[in-house]
Amino acid sequence: MTDPVRPVLHARGISKFFPGTIALDDVELRLNPGEVHALLGENGAGKSTLIKCLTGAYQRDAGTLLLDGAPINPASTAASQKLGIGTVYQEVNLLPNLTVAENLFLGRQPLRGGFVSRRRMNAMARETLAGYGLKIDPTEPLTAYSVAVQQVVAIARAVDMSGKVLILDEPTASLDRDEVALLFSVIRQLKARGLAIVFITHFLDQVFEICDRATILRNGRVVGDCALAEVSRREVITMMLGRQLEARVHSKKTGTVGKPLVQVADLGRRGMIEPFSLDIHEGEVVGLAGLLGSGRTETANLIFGAVMPDQGRIRLRGTDITIRTPRDAVAHGFALCPEDRKSEGIVGDLSVRDNIILALQARQGWMRPIPRAKVTEIADRYVRALDIRLASLDTPIRLLSGGNQQKALLARWLATNPAFLILDEPTRGIDVGAHAEIIALIDQLRADGMALLVASSELEELVAYSTRVVVLRDRVQICELTGDQITPDTIVQAIADDPHPHAEPV
Amino acid sequence: MPGPKSAILRRIAPQLVILAIALLLNVLIFPDFFHIDFRNGRLFGNLIDVLNRGAPVALLCIGMTLVIATRGIDLSVGTVMAVAGAVAASMVVEGHGWGTALLAALLAGGMCGLWNGVLVAVLRIQPIVATLVLMVAGRGIAQLITEGRILTFMNEGLIHLGAGTVLGMPTPILIWVTLGAVAITLVRRTALGMLIEAIGINERSSRLAGINSRVLLICVYLVSGLCAALAGVIVAADIKGADANNAGLWLELDAILAVVIGGNSLLGGRFSILASLLGAMIIQSINSVILLSGLPPEFNLVIKALLILAILVIQSPRIGYLLYMLRAAGPQPQPRPGTADTLPKRKKEAAR
Repeated sequence: MTDPVRPVLHARGISKFFPGTIALDDVELRLNPGEVHALLGENGAGKSTLIKCLTGAYQRDAGTLLLDGAPINPASTAASQKLGIGTVYQEVNLLPNLTVAENLFLGRQPLRGGFVSRRRMNAMARETLAGYGLKIDPTEPLTAYSVAVQQVVAIARAVDMSGKVLILDEPTASLDRDEVALLFSVIRQLKARGLAIVFITHFLDQVFEICDRATILRNGRVVGDCALAEVSRREVITMMLGRQLEARVHSKKTGTVGKPLVQVADLGRRGMIEPFSLDIHEGEVVGLAGLLGSGRTETANLIFGAVMPDQGRIRLRGTDITIRTPRDAVAHGFALCPEDRKSEGIVGDLSVRDNIILALQARQGWMRPIPRAKVTEIADRYVRALDIRLASLDTPIRLLSGGNQQKALLARWLATNPAFLILDEPTRGIDVGAHAEIIALIDQLRADGMALLVASSELEELVAYSTRVVVLRDRVQICELTGDQITPDTIVQAIADDPHPHAEPV
Repeated sequence: MPGPKSAILRRIAPQLVILAIALLLNVLIFPDFFHIDFRNGRLFGNLIDVLNRGAPVALLCIGMTLVIATRGIDLSVGTVMAVAGAVAASMVVEGHGWGTALLAALLAGGMCGLWNGVLVAVLRIQPIVATLVLMVAGRGIAQLITEGRILTFMNEGLIHLGAGTVLGMPTPILIWVTLGAVAITLVRRTALGMLIEAIGINERSSRLAGINSRVLLICVYLVSGLCAALAGVIVAADIKGADANNAGLWLELDAILAVVIGGNSLLGGRFSILASLLGAMIIQSINSVILLSGLPPEFNLVIKALLILAILVIQSPRIGYLLYMLRAAGPQPQPRPGTADTLPKRKKEAAR
């Protein structure tokens, strides 16, 4: 790749290791002046690690960083700021109770005779913000203004202090349409001024609207670096999600669906999710689709008793059962792999062996310990069956990579031989290999007659394994898709039939 | 885990080393330290004294280890000792037998533990605050029971628990060693130990895995209360009286210190009761050094403070990270960021 323009920031061969994982592997990133550069990838692809290596929040383990052709080694975010690399995060990291002007000039207030000159500071702030087309009163506290304005103040501060490279980490996540437009106009101005801007987001629409180039990361590696005018959306998504998945979409089987296993009627909890009903049959995978915050996780948690419902009932094989705690659910042969693997799934400091046996042992009660030989046999069996890669069964599970942790959690539940398995985002933040394996496993469990409920934000994935898809929006079930109806497009359509349309997420 | 012996040995090795150093200091100051006599049907000797005097803290640290493993803490144990001692003393003063008195004291301790457990597990009050309530209020309760006096008694059976011997061995030693052995067997031969560790490391995950964390939490505070009650009875029996103001005063801190010296993290998780018991003996050995050296007892507190500081420094994550980095880097020079394009050696490790 030869580029006539010398990049403002050129990261070459960046690698970063954490115990048990390679977060970044030989990553290259070129930021040209006057360019908005999208950094794309799934959760866990290495975007935030890369940013942290650029800003000095992390020290890279290998690679070079060239700013205007000269090597730099920022030791901290303050150092990188001084060099010219400014960062604005999704949660605005300003001080809400200070005024706009104070926020803009915090730590570098204009002085007069050793004291802060408020008048000069306010005047300077007004002038700076006017440059961004913002006519606001800089003496007001920051909280008097919307998140978008705060975002612009943060950008103004970062540009003022740094001025060469601006990194925007999911700046639009909590903005509405008009606010996004405001932010984009600011970005375009900065672009015209010749800044190099890194834009991180999950909203592909916005990427194609504002960005010129994109670097796509997957599993800590660069899988694509392209001019966005030359590629299609589909190509970008394929690069982000990987080709294995693409192939699977077409290998969908339609198995025979068995008897109804779990019947949920009017289950709900006020303020959390509207009452819903759902039947799940043996040998069936029911997919839960919807945007972030649409109620997928809440649905899973309610059925499993992780959150106590305040109405409705659950029937198992035709008889009413009461589920008030996860313990009740486990006793009935339910299992749940939660969305937040780290805080709700793994027990970090315990060994992989203990983690795998945990649910089975908890169900048996403490008085009947599973003999160590049996534990090892069970753990070994699942380590081999699921191809969990580890040094030894005694390794603390927190040292495993995301994919292997997820497989160990699956092993924990499969060891209890569940009749009904709930998976919440089973493939989030795991590498491509494990991704494909977990999808294959879901298929196989279904074929073996298990009932599964899988919540996922990855549509292609849902399409690949679901026999039925329930679409949620704003905490309400809005429709159910079966058979040939299940395609990414129909799901997106169902989600998008919204009175207040949002940009489509990936 | 009922794992291989070498793993247990590795776990308690630091405590054994520290204990050996502490005992060595004793011998240096007092060459006859290890000398044990058998007179009047009882074993005598400084070593026996250490084991005997260390009994209350040893008993406390059994319960405290379990509580700390769940990421909790029990500040009330010293006070519970006073309550239990007062209950036992008042029972024998009223003419009940020593067995009844012991049971009543254990009942009182159990109720105190239950109270703590309910505050922590059901009402979700932070353990340090929840147990602070009883730590303060308990002394008042004990004073109410003794009516503000030091309640003395002459019941032989009860006194035997604190000052008597069985086959020449002082009873307190037998009590803590037996209870320690029972506790260790119970947590490691059943799944209790693993489940307690699991809720200490990540309670939310544990609950979602179907562990009854609420009941387990209540149980560990209950056990802590029972251990404290037993310690309280021994202390009361030793002085033939219940002193509501001073019995067990500050002993909760010694118990916590013993657990920490035992290498158990205050952040919960993996624990070893054996190591805590060694910790209790280390504390008592240091007390003994100061006693034998003729230094004023004030030094005791300063030296203890230095000890806890040293151990906390060793346990601090910064130091741990430093050691990890040193080990990981090994003989290979650290790659300098920005100059080395080669991958460091750790990659192989990381890729596993």
